[in-house]
This record gives sequence, C-alpha cells and structure tokens, in this order.
Amino acid sequence: MATQATFRIWRGDPSGGKFQDFVTPVDEGMVVLDAVHRVQAEQAPDLAVRWNCKAGKCGSCSAEINGMPKLMCMTRLSNLNLEMPVIIEPMHAFPVIRDLVTDVSWNFEVKKTIRKFKPRSPDAPDGAWRMQQADVERVQEFRKCIECFLCQDVCHVLRDHHKQDEFIGPRYLVYAAALEMHPLDTEDRVSDLKKKHNIGYCNITTCCRQVCPESITITENAIIPLKERVVDRFFDPLKQLFNII
Amino acid sequence: MAAPDVVWKGGRFGSTSRPDRWWISPSLVFLGFGAFIVYATWAAFQNGYYTYGPYISPFYSPEIFGSSPHALLGGKPHWFPSFLPFSPALFILWIPGGFRLTCYYYRGAYYKAFWADPPACAVGEPRKVYLGERSFPLILQNFHRNFLRLSYLVWAFLVYDAVRAFFFPDGFGIGVGTIVLVINVVLLAGYIFGCHAFRHLVGGSLRQISDYPARQKLYECVSCLNGQHKKWAWASLFWVGFSDIYVRLCSMGIWHDWRLL
Repeated sequence: MATQATFRIWRGDPSGGKFQDFVTPVDEGMVVLDAVHRVQAEQAPDLAVRWNCKAGKCGSCSAEINGMPKLMCMTRLSNLNLEMPVIIEPMHAFPVIRDLVTDVSWNFEVKKTIRKFKPRSPDAPDGAWRMQQADVERVQEFRKCIECFLCQDVCHVLRDHHKQDEFIGPRYLVYAAALEMHPLDTEDRVSDLKKKHNIGYCNITTCCRQVCPESITITENAIIPLKERVVDRFFDPLKQLFNII
Repeated sequence: MAAPDVVWKGGRFGSTSRPDRWWISPSLVFLGFGAFIVYATWAAFQNGYYTYGPYISPFYSPEIFGSSPHALLGGKPHWFPSFLPFSPALFILWIPGGFRLTCYYYRGAYYKAFWADPPACAVGEPRKVYLGERSFPLILQNFHRNFLRLSYLVWAFLVYDAVRAFFFPDGFGIGVGTIVLVINVVLLAGYIFGCHAFRHLVGGSLRQISDYPARQKLYECVSCLNGQHKKWAWASLFWVGFSDIYVRLCSMGIWHDWRLL
C-alpha cells in the first residue's frame, strides 16, 4: 500500500466551488473518512464534513468517492487506486451547505407525504397482534435502511432530471414498500404511488440497489413489487375481471 | 414537494468523476442484445430451414401456419395479405419478443445501453427531458405480465417440441439436437418462472403469505430463481438463438446431427 495519497476534495458552498488537492500520509486499514479527518486536522481546519458513528450505521458521511455515492467511513483506501487522486465530492442530488456537507432535509419532507402505518384491529383482547415470521421477513430487509440517501443521490430521476417535486425516490419507495407489505397494515397507498409519487418515473436502472451500503435489494424487493401493485390496480383488466368473478 | 436547488445542474452527456471503465457493461449489453435482435429478425423472415427431422427451431414454434409437418393448422392461410412477407415465425415471435422487451431486467439494461438513460450509474445523460415509464410509449411496459401469460403457452409448446425431439422416424433416440432443445426449455423455464411479475402473482401481492402455504413455497422457489434473473435471461437468450442456428445449419446440411442413442 502507498504511504501517501492525493485527495481531490470539492470545496465550496451553494454558489459553487472547485476541487482542491491534499497530499496526506495514509496507513494500513484507513478508510476515506480517516483521510478526510487527517486533512482536516493537519491542512484544512475549515473543511466541512458530516460524520457520526464511523461504523456505517448512521448514514451521515454520505459522499461521492471517485464518482460513485458511498459512505466515507465504509470505503477502505486499500480498495482504491491510490496512484491516482481520490476524488471526493458532496452528493450531487442535494443542495450543498459547505464542502462535503449537503442539505438532505428534502427527504424528511417527502416522508411526510406517505400515508402512515394503519394497523388492523388487535388480534387479542389485551391489544396484541400475532404475526408470522414468514410475513414480516420481507419487511425486515427494508428496516435495515440507515437513511444515508445514497440511493436518492444516484437515482438519475433526481440526480440528472431533478424531479424532486414529482418523484419520491428509491428511499421512500422502500419505505412505502415496508408499509405496503406489512402484515398488519390496512392502508392503501397504490393510487398514491402511481399518481402522487410517480413510481412510473423509475426505469429500473438498479443503481439504487448497487450503492446501498446495507445491501437492501431495493429494485427487486421493493420497487418492482410496488410497480406490480400498480399494474394490479391500473393495467391488468384480466386480474380485475378475475377478482370480480 | 419543491425541488431543492443544487449546484450540479445541466451535466453533460458522459460527465462523471468515475475513473473506472463504466462504459464496458452497457457496451456489452448493446452488442449482445443488438446481435440477437439482428439475427432473430433475419431468421424470422427466412421461412425456411427451420425444421430438421423431429426438431423445430424455437423461433418457429408453435408453427401455427406453415409448410412443415409441425404445422398445427396447415399451410399459409388464404386470408394472409399477399403483399406481406409470410413466415410462420411472424405469428409467434412477437410473444417472446414482447416478453423480453418488457422484462424488468432487460428494461434496466437496454435503457442504459440503447438510450443512455442513464449510460451508467452516476454518469451524465444526453437528454434533459425525461418522462420515464409513466407516459406513452413506455407506459406499455406495464403489460409485461400479459406477455408472461402468453409466454407460458409458447413455453409449453417448446416442451412438447423437446419431447418430440426424442422420437426419430426410426424410433426413440437422442441426438445432439435433442439435447440442444431440452437445454433450451430448461433455460427458458429458469427465465420465465423467475420473472418478477410471476413472483408477484404467485405470492408477492399477499400481505400474509403464511395463510397460503402452497403459494408461500412457490413464492420462495420463484424468489430463488428471481435472484439470478439476469443470468437466466442471458443464458436463455443465447441458447434460444443457438437452437435456431443448430436446427438451421443441420437443415442446410452444413452441420451433421450426431445421434447419441
């Protein structure tokens, strides 16, 4: 492993910015966040970077490393080509606050637009419900989400086409799937998914699944099943006829 | 929800900070899928060399109208417009073609490879306008499951063809072509029974699948196949093309069909 590396870090604010190179020593076992902290400690004390757990569980240090959305704390330097500068940028799909820190508050506003969990009546007089493991397994995968918003960042509908005012993005399709597939839930979100959240914008690039640090099978287990629910309701007269009969 | 104002707007086609060779995957899809489309279109219009002994090319099966002994309803129908080129494949190939065209895996792959929408993850696109699959024509992708239903019928005929490939004029036997057609139906089964739409229909739509033990088991099997859907899709695409080539070359006398039994 190289003893030092160049980190090309984007510096700027909402009005714009530029890349700045920092050469810093690197050690065995370091991750990108370690290198950024070293740069911050030794060369650029005003470098803004958001981080918290350093264990891939808080979703704070989301950034773009060599052009791909990743968690800085989970990207090992040993997996990068240190012969070339390591390019570190803030997420492109969200407004920059400063340097590597972005404003992801749009996501929390989107979450409010999704119909809440509405459980059926309790199964037992004491107010308890009974669920089978087989019924909650699908949903448990979605509960792994750490809300790092890397999937939102890589989604080209948000990133390139800036459809944030029409499309909720993969993170909230996963959230909607977790509710729609919940064995106790009784709410109907299918019409919202088609008309309000515009699931039709998703063209199944699978980029969201590829960048997920929790390895959630976003496309196949969340988005496509939701698309199929929309098909059930709006595009399958045969099934509707069968249901009537 | 108002769109937030971001720094990165108006990215150029191909703009990215990715140093890897991101263009390899879409290029391979373009070449692979493109080669198949060109060959399949050419083969479909040949109207010849599609049977050999007990074998029939999967491009031409089921042969509804045609001149071979495999034809179900006789020769070219009199009502068929004379100005159109006739081929038995044209009656059937739109079903598997439509199925693959609307397949969730292929959609993601060919949007990248043929339409650069996007060219690859986190790579700039050539167009500013984007409608997705929510308006014509791509809203028609939602009819995938109808092609799926028809594809099961076609697959059943291909199974029949594979069984029939064991019965030569001189009795039961196994030729290389028999094995080719059997592998074809196995690979196609892996592909169509692992379909996302099928997964939804057998159990994915249920909130409490444990109430239906048989469907739960089926859902688990389909999910298992679905996890490798991409591999099944490519393997079956390659093999169905190869099956046609095999029957065609045997029929033309270029290849000899070895009898193993």
